[in-house]
Amino acid sequence: MLELITFIVLSVVALVAAVMVITRRNAVHSAIWLVVTLFAVGGIFLLQRAEFLFAVQIILYVGGITVLFLFVVMLVDIDVTLKQARFARQWQLALVTAVLVVAQLGYALYNHGQGLKLPDRPPGSAPALNTQAVGMALYQNYMLPVEIASVLLLVAMVGAVIMAKRKLE
Amino acid sequence: MIPTEYYIFLGSGLFTIGVIGVLTRRNVLIILMSIELILNAVNINLVALSQYFKSVDGQVFAIFVITDAAAEAAVGLGLIIALFRNKETVNADEIDLLKW
Repeated sequence: MLELITFIVLSVVALVAAVMVITRRNAVHSAIWLVVTLFAVGGIFLLQRAEFLFAVQIILYVGGITVLFLFVVMLVDIDVTLKQARFARQWQLALVTAVLVVAQLGYALYNHGQGLKLPDRPPGSAPALNTQAVGMALYQNYMLPVEIASVLLLVAMVGAVIMAKRKLE
Repeated sequence: MIPTEYYIFLGSGLFTIGVIGVLTRRNVLIILMSIELILNAVNINLVALSQYFKSVDGQVFAIFVITDAAAEAAVGLGLIIALFRNKETVNADEIDLLKW
């Protein structure tokens, strides 16, 4: 029961903060609300006993990516955008598309009144030590993807430096 | 134990809000933030199903999604800085050099 109440509170916080992210005029306010959403999603990871992912969410998303966002908001001129229209001209068309997405997701989840049909749960129990299990998986079964991800991060770092450089020689 | 469906409903809701943000906003920075919302919705679903199937594979994929989000944010924000330097705007509908 307590678990369910925690889940409901966290989801309401996440959804309301997400709506605030996409409706605020000031990009700094949007970034702050994004932090609230990310914290709530991190809480939902913790509720599902994914402790390692919770730590990654807080350190990388809240501590890294959002700070990067705030840093760039400071670099670009914010006073001009405060006086301009928030939504693009095609917003009616965009809303129709969004309603279609909702209808499609709702239809798939409703599934002729049967609800979501998942395959049977495998027997046995989940790994007791989450961080240890994730580490084992990362460095044994997913060795090659980890290496590819590290190359991707190197490419992203070089790309970001080149993009933000003042002039290419 | 919360039913797995609840997590998938939450993921769908967050995904839809992100899609609306990407489609309707003019500010490129907020479009990038909406993409982060979409990636978080995907992560919620991955973790929920990984708990359901009692394996950590979904959580490992969520870690790769977060890696991608970091790379995408770094390159995307670098692009926004370059764009602002050249065109003095961060509005998506004013960036129309390829349109005629």
